[in-house]
Amino acid sequence: MSTPSYALRDSMTMLRRNLKHAQRYPSMTVSLVAMPILMLLLFVYVFGGALGHGIGMPGGANDHGAYVDYVAPGIILMTVTSGAISTAVSVSMDMTEGIVNRFRTMAIARSSVLTGHVVGSVVQTLISVALVTGVALAVGFRPHGTPLQWAAALGLLTLLAFALTWLAAAMGLAAKTVESASNAPMPLTFLPFLGSAVVPPESMPTGLRWFAEYQPFTPINETLRGLLMDTPVGSSATAAVAWCAGLALVGYVWALTNFRRTAKR
Amino acid sequence: MDADTAAASSAAPPSATTRSPAIRTLGLHKSYGDKVVLDGIDLSIPEGTIFALLGPNGAGKTTTVQILTTLIPATAGQAQVAGHDLTRSPGAVRSAIGVTGQFAALDNLLTARENLLLMADLHHLPRREGRQRAAALLDRFDLTEAAAKPVATFSGGMRRKLDLAMTLVGNPRIIFLDEPTTGLDPRSRRTMWEIIRGLVADDGVTIFLTTQYLDEADQLADRIAVLDHGKLVAEGTAEELKRRIPGGHIRLRFADPDGLESAAALFGSAAPDREALTLQIPGDGSIPTLRAVLDVLDSASIEAEALTVHTPDLDDVFLTLTDRSRRSDRTAQQAHPRTAPHSHDSLNSRTEKAR
Repeated sequence: MSTPSYALRDSMTMLRRNLKHAQRYPSMTVSLVAMPILMLLLFVYVFGGALGHGIGMPGGANDHGAYVDYVAPGIILMTVTSGAISTAVSVSMDMTEGIVNRFRTMAIARSSVLTGHVVGSVVQTLISVALVTGVALAVGFRPHGTPLQWAAALGLLTLLAFALTWLAAAMGLAAKTVESASNAPMPLTFLPFLGSAVVPPESMPTGLRWFAEYQPFTPINETLRGLLMDTPVGSSATAAVAWCAGLALVGYVWALTNFRRTAKR
Repeated sequence: MDADTAAASSAAPPSATTRSPAIRTLGLHKSYGDKVVLDGIDLSIPEGTIFALLGPNGAGKTTTVQILTTLIPATAGQAQVAGHDLTRSPGAVRSAIGVTGQFAALDNLLTARENLLLMADLHHLPRREGRQRAAALLDRFDLTEAAAKPVATFSGGMRRKLDLAMTLVGNPRIIFLDEPTTGLDPRSRRTMWEIIRGLVADDGVTIFLTTQYLDEADQLADRIAVLDHGKLVAEGTAEELKRRIPGGHIRLRFADPDGLESAAALFGSAAPDREALTLQIPGDGSIPTLRAVLDVLDSASIEAEALTVHTPDLDDVFLTLTDRSRRSDRTAQQAHPRTAPHSHDSLNSRTEKAR
């Protein structure tokens, strides 16, 4: 009965439901776009001069333009990580509502509840990414990527969004309360800072530098920056894709396991 | 969907003498660790009837519903719903049932109509048919005016009605209602009762309902089972249950103290009330008992002025049965003061009678 075509159809139904939610309850989405935009403005206009000078960007202390080119890809990456918070919260909120138990007693593809959430969140995250990129361009971000590189960057961001959203969905399912669900993905949003998002890892103390070089967001960030700024990407592309695929797989399996287990007591 | 229901009903072997029951369980058992929630539940519920599972908070009512609706697995025992085994073919069970749980299973951010359309989509109805069915249900449940409002603004009674309407979108053959009127005002309860009766009368569905309200079981159910501490302590029609309980009596009123005294002498166990000139004789209100009492009076040529029969109401049944099993179960009870997580509502069946 739960043929693949039903699974697809049910997932589409759930996706429509979640997009409607986002439309009706936009405060979460808005605050998640606002955060990276504020961060961008902060890093460009407040810290930009000093940071750009400190990491030896050309142009000196008064040229924000050079630093924006360094930091914008990092902020775009953070847009994706902060999208994860909204997924965890909306999944967790949904689980506290009786309607999920109704879904469980219906002859529908069970995974469609989660697939709807995840695809809906990825769509929202990509819209946020577009908005943040727009603001970055407005404040002086000047990427030199070719259309092909832009497409690759979009692909990478989508892959990352899928990975983090599945992970966040699992966290949302594992959380006992909506509050803890919103806290669980916080470390994810913090990790880019401990990578190459804001400053190069070479400028960090040894221990931190070691961490920064090996954590997943550094190769992802480097790949993204390389694609957008048309600089050499090197081996980080492979590492970035591998990390994303790995995280996506872990998140997917974890989320489905949690979903099967969290029958209401 | 239609193909599914057809398959569901044809899977039950048609037999001229005994139709297979809509729900059947054998030794259903559920425990969490060493905490026993259900301890061997045997049920057989015929098609097209209303069955009420009655019990105080924490008796295991919701757990029973959760098992029968495939939400949680039983620890042991067997169960068939609509002729399908719960563990072997949960999908077939799901396509035959509809569930309205204790807490409204609505999408608060959607409107009433959107909630119904969501159900229609999940039952894979063609768009047009889904819209028609949603409109018909809104009309049937008197929700047409509120159809475009977000459900978050609905009152408790409206939410419960919409919840039930959502359950009906898929035309289920068996409907589970977990405490369908808990927390509703008397008028909304009445409305809900009428709807439930209508479902059985018009659509011929089978209803499994749980309740802690005795009058609700009395009003609606063809058969009632009393659940206490995970065990069925009694089962039967409301009348059968009432008859099983001591406390029923026949009251005779006499014209003068002499009649009362001579009658009191005849019925040894009777309690005379000399002020009211009445005599209470313990016993049920069945015809043989009445005839026996009248025969005794006749043979002694005593004339009673009036005779009334007092059967205990279900409150008496409930309190007696659950109290009895509590006493016999004391050690177990001390080990597990609470057998299920729902213990926040008080047992207010006596005060909340909707009459």
